[in-house]
Amino acid sequence: MGILRKIFGGPAAVQQLPTGTVTVDRQGHVVTSTVTSAVSLSLLQAVGREVLELFREARAAQMPLAEISLHFGSLRITARELRGGAIIFLFPETAMSRTPTPARP
Amino acid sequence: METRHKILILDDDTDWLSLCREQLGALPSRPEILTANNAKRALALLETEEIRLLISDLKMPRIDGLQMIAIVRRRFPATRTVVLSGLEDEEYRSRAYALGVDLFWLKAEMQRNSKLFSECIESLLGQADRESDTGFRGVQSKSLMDIIQMESLSRTSTVLRVTHGPLVAKLWMQDGELTDAECEGARGEAAFQRLLAWRTGTFENLPAEPGRERTIHKPVNALLLESAQSMDESANPSTAPESVESNLHRKTMWKLAQLTREGAEFVVAVPLAGGEPEALGTQSVAAFGEWTQRAAAIARRLGERLEAGPLSHIAGQSLERNIVLLVRGERAFLVGWPAEDPESLPEKSRKLVASWES
Repeated sequence: MGILRKIFGGPAAVQQLPTGTVTVDRQGHVVTSTVTSAVSLSLLQAVGREVLELFREARAAQMPLAEISLHFGSLRITARELRGGAIIFLFPETAMSRTPTPARP
Repeated sequence: METRHKILILDDDTDWLSLCREQLGALPSRPEILTANNAKRALALLETEEIRLLISDLKMPRIDGLQMIAIVRRRFPATRTVVLSGLEDEEYRSRAYALGVDLFWLKAEMQRNSKLFSECIESLLGQADRESDTGFRGVQSKSLMDIIQMESLSRTSTVLRVTHGPLVAKLWMQDGELTDAECEGARGEAAFQRLLAWRTGTFENLPAEPGRERTIHKPVNALLLESAQSMDESANPSTAPESVESNLHRKTMWKLAQLTREGAEFVVAVPLAGGEPEALGTQSVAAFGEWTQRAAAIARRLGERLEAGPLSHIAGQSLERNIVLLVRGERAFLVGWPAEDPESLPEKSRKLVASWES
């Protein structure tokens, strides 16, 4: 058993997709988050920075956007611009269970 | 004594089952309607009853509709299968047809065209009658030209519904003659020529519409010959400058027509590996092209880092307009729309991009 574990390692860990809401300031620092602490802060910051870059690049292209949604196979990231920063909603999503768009304030 | 066919409806929504029971119970052949609200119960009924037709939902707990169809096609090959789903994603339609279902209907479409749906079901039950002793059926892999020729030779009266990704076209045939065609907003011969340019897709036969106004008067073979010549010319284009210019002009006009018909403001297509963007409807080609490339790269990075699966699309909204970004093969497409209902835009963008690429 010990040898097999050494060769194949332990059971494969299933990574949980992040769920919740994150707000980031204009520098991309996480201000508030409802995402479980199992998801690293650096990952949330990386998401925040990429989203802010999308908004910034859109402004530079004379196409300012108030909201952006990235739809992946198993996750939807919806971000709204918030005074230079952003509020980001993370929704795990399967093909069979689409999640609704959060209501506009 | 005339036997009553048995139809089994599988859906986890009991209200929907009652609605279907009522509608299908009123078919002229008065079939016996059985219902099941889970796959286990449906399989038990299939084991004990002689079911002619299974109508299944896709989104269900435990065993979903596609799994159910796969099981039924393997274990009960004589049972006709119909998918009746609320899932509008064309991917499900393609997957269902790939499994060999006879029909795929959306629930909303079924409610809008309940008469046509009933006719389709009645027609399937009738076919089951005729083919009970002899004949083959299965997934076909024929070119569209072959299918049309076969329908023409057998002097069929039918409406051929052809699906290519998100695009849908229809051909009306009466006694083997092609009478009308609709494809990507075009009608008549132009639609037929456009349709034949599609390389892949699925098709289904709907009941004939003898009262349909005739717009095509040429024989099918003449039209197929013209299309073959036209496709040969496209595959081996003449290098004469006038011919190249004329081809380019024709393609641009077609794309513009598509853009206008769908109501989009602009389309920008950019090679992901870098290169000149191609655009219609905007002056900001370079800026939009650059944003499209950057956004596709950001989405790829995010998707990999979060292990979130392949990118379906990016949607953006502002006060003035909505945008949808799609990645198709080696190119990314940015489609601009007026500020309207954003829910329908990904599907409309997919159609536009599919048409743009075909």
